Amino acid sequence: MRVLVCVKRVPQTGGRIVLTADGQQIDTKFLGFTISPHEECGVEEAVRIIESQGGESTVLTLGPAAAEEQLRDAMALGIDRAVLLETDGSEWDPVSTAAIIADTIRAQEVTGGPFDLVIFGNESADSGGFQVGIRVALALERPVVSGLKGLTLGDGTATARREAGGGGWETYELPLPAVVGVKEGINLPRYPSVPGRLRAKKKEVERIEVGAAAGGPAALGGMAVGPAKSLLRLPEEERSQAEILGRGADAAPAVVDLLQRIGVLAR
Amino acid sequence: MSGSILVFVELGTGEASGGADRVSLETLAFARLLATAADGARVEAMMFGAGAEGVAADLGAHGAAAAHVISDGHLAAAYAPAAWGAAVAELARARSAVAVLGPGTDRGSEVLAHAATRLGMPLAANVLAATPGVPWTITRQRWAGSLLEDATLDAPIACLTMAPHAVAAEAHPGAAAASVASFAPTTSPADLVVRVTGHEAPSAGSVSLTDAKVVVGGGRGVGSSDAFAKLEELADLLGGAVGVSRVVTSNGWRPHSQQVGQTGQRIAPDLYIACGISGAIQHIVGCKSAKRILAINTDAESPIM
Ligand SMILES: Cc1cc2nc3c(=O)[nH]c(=O)nc-3n(C[C@H](O)[C@H](O)[C@H](O)COP(=O)(O)OP(=O)(O)OC[C@H]3O[C@@H](n4cnc5c(N)ncnc54)[C@H](O)[C@@H]3O)c2cc1C
Ligand SMILES: Nc1ncnc2c1ncn2[C@@H]1O[C@H](COP(=O)(O)O)[C@@H](O)[C@H]1O
Repeated sequence: MRVLVCVKRVPQTGGRIVLTADGQQIDTKFLGFTISPHEECGVEEAVRIIESQGGESTVLTLGPAAAEEQLRDAMALGIDRAVLLETDGSEWDPVSTAAIIADTIRAQEVTGGPFDLVIFGNESADSGGFQVGIRVALALERPVVSGLKGLTLGDGTATARREAGGGGWETYELPLPAVVGVKEGINLPRYPSVPGRLRAKKKEVERIEVGAAAGGPAALGGMAVGPAKSLLRLPEEERSQAEILGRGADAAPAVVDLLQRIGVLAR
Repeated sequence: MSGSILVFVELGTGEASGGADRVSLETLAFARLLATAADGARVEAMMFGAGAEGVAADLGAHGAAAAHVISDGHLAAAYAPAAWGAAVAELARARSAVAVLGPGTDRGSEVLAHAATRLGMPLAANVLAATPGVPWTITRQRWAGSLLEDATLDAPIACLTMAPHAVAAEAHPGAAAASVASFAPTTSPADLVVRVTGHEAPSAGSVSLTDAKVVVGGGRGVGSSDAFAKLEELADLLGGAVGVSRVVTSNGWRPHSQQVGQTGQRIAPDLYIACGISGAIQHIVGCKSAKRILAINTDAESPIM
């Protein structure tokens, strides 16, 4: 079994977002970096599949040189090898991102054999385009389904489970090789171990320099690209006033009073 | 702007069953705004499913001049993302669509991604505002709405999904019914490979987090899995549900189905009692529709306060 999982490096924002003065980026001076929780679950899913079925897992990212950190994090959890499509740090739109990931998968498959399963996050944490995995699947002419919270591999097939609109679940059957988009909750990812971290340092990262997005219909066989970001803005704060009801047990009467006032407790 | 604006409309579930999905109706309302801003464009809806015919005529009140329905055959029998997306793309071509819109729901996002790819067009997800032109200018959500992006979309067919609740879905009772026509797309067998093959009913009983009037939230500050018994008890007493932060689910204290936030559930209770939750932006996007938040926290400076 060969499994590929795609992850995207994003800033680990906390209580509030601070933008750079030109409004082009999140100011990351005081921030660490991470990947989407959906993708963390994708990494865990890939590791579990290889643990139970044997074979090799690969993690891939398109991002700046520093995105090696996210690849090493994934390898610390048990992913075998990594591919870094190294950009110049500029932003790639979803059409261009999908095109280069599809090309890379084709090239990787020539040398290493086909991937039975390619795993994406349901949506990236930062730009949330809800599309890269689907575009890659269509380029590779493979079956694809997104939003998965359950995945079981059988003999040449995958059974997938996702939440249905009105509650409950719906199931899908996909022949392998297939592409899936997963959501957080599909599994509970493990924490990295110290030996895992040490092993990850020695694992292979294949670097391929790709620079800026080539863009344009000509470069992408007729595909128009985009959307093209012009400015980031913080939403207007809908923040209403905050009132301190008290400290410790002293707050209890005020809390009860509030609950009665808003009808949560009967008077 | 002449030509048509094609809107993928989902059949409703839960409270909206028997009608159209709420976010789809908001998407129609948005399409109507686009059409009036640039007069000449015609709003046309597209629906799949055995029950679609009955619902489609009512879409007139929501701004659709016409509704194209696929109410029999494989595509109506079961949701099939690739086949539905291909059908949307085919109809968009047939109707000379200048824009294709869908609701920013699980299915809406998936179908529009398939359709845009088939059309060779970019897709902007979770759009809040759009102005037609060459290029289109749009505002869309990033980080689940914690951040906004102004962007351009340079494409002959603008493919967009609408962020839920970006505009209100108002019915105009006097409006003419939509003219309903059935549409028979040319579906390739390969596109039908992935389709819903089974359903499991929701587990009965407990109050659903998304419908609860009171949600008792717990974060890292709750301290342990066992300590959640107190929160469960309070939620029971108030007829509400328990919601948690990601730290809680990552620690395995509570199941992910209770997580509130960017990668969990969006809640809109009358009261959210947030215990030991710091209020990271990814948590806040899940609970900002709460009418009131009662925070219990040892740190008066924490962002939730
Ligand atoms: C892409 C992305 C998506 C994410 N999605 C989600 C999501 O869907 N949902 C989500 O919740 N998070 C999400 N997160 C994680 C988020 O950034 C925060 O890490 C998380 O919400 C923090 O959880 P917390 O408030 O429980 O923990 P902390 O931030 O550690 O806060 C604990 C709080 O408890 C208080 N406290 C401690 N002891 C006590 C006590 N005895 N009594 C009262 N208060 C006490 C502390 O003062 C503090 O405010 C996401 C992160 C990323 C990067
Ligand atoms: N730069 C990237 N590098 C690797 N994978 C990516 C990148 N951008 C998006 N993806 C993958 O595609 C998924 C969907 O992204 P998006 O379409 O942006 O919401 C993500 O969860 C990742 O798995």
